[in-house]
Amino acid sequence: MSEENVKAPKEPLFSRKNKRLVTEPLDDNNPITIQVLGICSALAITVSVEQALVMTASVFFVLGAGNVIVSLLRNLIPSRIRIIVQLVVVASLVIIVDEVLKAFLPDMAEKLSVFVGLIITNCIIMGRFEAFAMANKPWPSFLDAVGNTIGYGLILVLVSVFREIFGAGKLFGVELFGDRIEGTGLYSIGYMDNNFIILAPFALFAVGIIIWIQRARNRSLIEDH
Amino acid sequence: MKSIEKMMRKLEPEHDGKWAKFHPVWDGFYTFLFTPGETTRNGSHIRDGIDLKRTMFMVVTALIPCLLFGIYNTGHFHYVATGETTEYMDMFGDKVIYGLIKVLPLVIVSYAVGLGVEFIFCIKNQHAIQEGFLVSGMLIPLIIPADTPLWMVAIATIFAVVLGKEVFGGTGMNVVNIALTARAFLFFGYPTMMSGDRVWFSGAPDGYSGPTQLGELASFTGKQVDWAYPNIEAFSEHWSIMESFIGMIPGSVGETSTIAIILGAALLLYTGIASWKIMISFVLGGLFVGVLCNQFAVNEFMELAPLHHMVIGGFAFGAVFMITDPVTAAQTSTGKFIYGFLGGALSITVRVFNGAYPEGVMMAILFMNVMAPLIDHYVIGANIKRRKKRLKVKELKAA
Repeated sequence: MSEENVKAPKEPLFSRKNKRLVTEPLDDNNPITIQVLGICSALAITVSVEQALVMTASVFFVLGAGNVIVSLLRNLIPSRIRIIVQLVVVASLVIIVDEVLKAFLPDMAEKLSVFVGLIITNCIIMGRFEAFAMANKPWPSFLDAVGNTIGYGLILVLVSVFREIFGAGKLFGVELFGDRIEGTGLYSIGYMDNNFIILAPFALFAVGIIIWIQRARNRSLIEDH
Repeated sequence: MKSIEKMMRKLEPEHDGKWAKFHPVWDGFYTFLFTPGETTRNGSHIRDGIDLKRTMFMVVTALIPCLLFGIYNTGHFHYVATGETTEYMDMFGDKVIYGLIKVLPLVIVSYAVGLGVEFIFCIKNQHAIQEGFLVSGMLIPLIIPADTPLWMVAIATIFAVVLGKEVFGGTGMNVVNIALTARAFLFFGYPTMMSGDRVWFSGAPDGYSGPTQLGELASFTGKQVDWAYPNIEAFSEHWSIMESFIGMIPGSVGETSTIAIILGAALLLYTGIASWKIMISFVLGGLFVGVLCNQFAVNEFMELAPLHHMVIGGFAFGAVFMITDPVTAAQTSTGKFIYGFLGGALSITVRVFNGAYPEGVMMAILFMNVMAPLIDHYVIGANIKRRKKRLKVKELKAA
């Protein structure tokens, strides 16, 4: 045991390996565009930037705390019931998020409705528990959560900025092109908001376009079939 | 011709020169003007004299009657809305001029934007320019109301060409019909400009409302107080089948006149470009559901004569120019019958049973486009099974 300690000196907190845990999910291993996880929430809540940000924050709390807890417990969990244990962890964290949102951001909680509860089934979370936290120490697990949430949030914000501007004519709830009903600003010369962009299928197009651009820039990401 | 050829040859970009990137564009124009002199070097191939360019041109020619009638129709209903005339032949010149002013910009914008996107992708990927858009560019203005703002047409065209075609690899690789993709984009994006009772009379004064027959028919699925007519007989009296057949009804630019569409259909069938199997089975599918509705009618709409269904809305146009698109249709012979029949049946089903969408042709054709490979898959599977069985019988006899 003492030998091991000599051989492997304590890893610095932000070693190159740990940094990669944060940066990789941003682009080359993005949870949405490369692993294609967590799509359901990306389609449902990206109609406004505010919703996307609150969703990202919620996922960050659940994934960050969950990854650390699962990582701490990883040697205690019998592998046959690990999924159930992971579910219990996620479920309790999601309930905390849900209650906090309801108490402090009631409007937002209403808009996000079931999708806060559905964080439980967000594949990114269970995926990271299984793929990373079960086999790594708490600190790298936390960094992994940070990286994946930022990667997830990046796509969410990108899609929602586009959808909110061109679908509702707003950004952060501020009207950009004038009053839609009164017909001022751009609306007076015949501009109209695109209703299709508000519909969930368009988010699929938006995510698809991001995937397309990303793979056109970096051809090594294209899977062979 | 010699001088044009010489000029084109002089303009050809050198393969290592600074304009080399634009070789596809030059090639596109050159082959547009002259038949390319290249021949196959290896093996023997049987070639038809008609290539993709001529095929596409034939379809555009088939669309011309619809376009011309659409121009007149747009003008006619403008003057009907302003209350200046209701007679067909009155002010014929004025109607044509008004129609030209309204419809030509739609055609120009659709072509300019679509070809622009196509050229950009061809230059970027160094592909030869394919002529697939020649037809789509003509179809798009024909299936939208004449009053659609030009910028909407431009956005929809970009959307359709990029996400309907270029992502899948360009001409001939698309899964869904390009023109219908553009229309679907407009339909869901700007519903107030694409449906309702205020868009069908071009340049109508404020407050003037005139729904299409489909709009009025859709009211039959609602409460009785909202009905446009007391019953279906009154409706059929007001809109005769003959009137709709000739095309003197409000609607999208090119789809109102069944006669003009039949002229186009004749050319397409004579040249063998469109599949008669799909066309016939599409109409049969529509008639079948129409008759079924009559038999089991529970509301006024379901009692509409099946023939009336054929001449209103986009049904005829869809049957001739949309569902027959060879790229997106089923490829097997049996598959074509199934594909067409289901498409027609679905069109009328959506029309009759879904009050939210008065016209179902667009949705039905897009849906069948996606289903076409599945149909082919099972048709081919059945064929293989049948032949295997035959083989087994032979083996048994031999033994």
